[in-house]
Amino acid sequence: MEIFPVLLKGINVTLIVLVLSAILAYLIAFIAGFGRLSNVWIIRKFTGFYIEIFRGTSLIVQLFWFFYAIPMLFNVNLGNELMAGVLAISLNYGAYMSEIVRGSIIAVDKGQTEAAIALNMTRFQRMRYVILPQAVRMMLPEFGNYLIQILKATSLVSLIGMTDILYHGNILRSTNLAMAPTIYLLILVFYFILALPLIFLTRKMESISKKGVAQS
Amino acid sequence: MNWKWDMFFDAFPFVLQGLGITVALTIACYIFAVVFGFVWTFLKRIPIKSVHWLVSWVMEFIRSTPPLVQLFFIYYALPMVPVIEISLNAFLSAVLGLGLHYSTYIAEVYRSGIESIPKGQWEASTALNFTRRQKWTKIILPQAIPPTIPMLGNYFIIMFKEVPLASTIGVTGILHMANTYGSHHFRYLEALTIVAIIFLVLSYPAAILVRKLEEKMNRRFDKNELLEENKGAVS
Repeated sequence: MEIFPVLLKGINVTLIVLVLSAILAYLIAFIAGFGRLSNVWIIRKFTGFYIEIFRGTSLIVQLFWFFYAIPMLFNVNLGNELMAGVLAISLNYGAYMSEIVRGSIIAVDKGQTEAAIALNMTRFQRMRYVILPQAVRMMLPEFGNYLIQILKATSLVSLIGMTDILYHGNILRSTNLAMAPTIYLLILVFYFILALPLIFLTRKMESISKKGVAQS
Repeated sequence: MNWKWDMFFDAFPFVLQGLGITVALTIACYIFAVVFGFVWTFLKRIPIKSVHWLVSWVMEFIRSTPPLVQLFFIYYALPMVPVIEISLNAFLSAVLGLGLHYSTYIAEVYRSGIESIPKGQWEASTALNFTRRQKWTKIILPQAIPPTIPMLGNYFIIMFKEVPLASTIGVTGILHMANTYGSHHFRYLEALTIVAIIFLVLSYPAAILVRKLEEKMNRRFDKNELLEENKGAVS
């Protein structure tokens, strides 16, 4: 069993990419989600454009584009693979999740906004104290689902040379082809073990979002 | 800016050669997923607790592990598994891998459709002495599947965008062509941009189409409900 420790070496890279991408993706989701609801025409159009671009192309293409094309196009160095990987994953899933942010905010009953206006709340107060607390609980289950999606997407960074679990597995396989079944099965189990807490978290979030809300 | 238009026009026909395979693979994976989704749905409905539990977790396992690793498993590892020793070419590996991965998602779509059928429909078909088979083919599925069509359409678009993963095991779709072009000319910029444009040009109209279909479906099913309410009011 010399496979196990080799794969274990890659787990920190997978986790770093997961955590950074997830944080950035949620941030982008909120910014773009609010951008889509902005009163300013140009902001609305711009975020709409960003969302359609990133939802309309596939993540692996975006990843390669960030890694191979951007440095060439603008003569800038994105720094390293980590930057390219995290940016591609978070911009992609941020675009998807921004639709959830937008949808949840819209789904809050209109009476709530009207009541808040009646209470003389400012626009910011309405959003902060009335709309968002109700919208966020609607977002939770989908956010949990996307966390699992992001975890799955981190496996792609091995393609741009980051030394994550899959990368170490691939190297091991190229030295000993007969071990391939064990290696890939172990990698799958690794990802599943990482996903398990997220699966339970998603279920927990589902029950939170249902609690205290009248079910139709 | 370092953009070269001559490179762009030079790479375009080359990358486009892969489009046929990308589309064919999308369709093949999708058909596999749609058919296998039914298998999951029915396996999950077997009324034995341990079977239900096992099927649920197998589905969860497939759904929450990366499709990329699953592709590698099927392509590199299956031929090495002692008893099975199936060696599939890259295209078939991709069909099996991506098809199986998304079949677990599509099974959920079917499930939501089936669960949305009111219990009365089951009871009515039992009362009318329908056999189990007739219940499914004549009563439940004709009502359960049409409302899920927009969602199934969405999964077709998602599948289209996941298919470039297969370039990692050597399926010569557009992404693979772009990478080949890039490595020959030491320039990935234009070729990869072309791939992105092709995806955008094909998937954006498709997404709009699905959205239209969704609105149409919503209206249709709302209307049906309204009609039924009216009927009740009249009688």
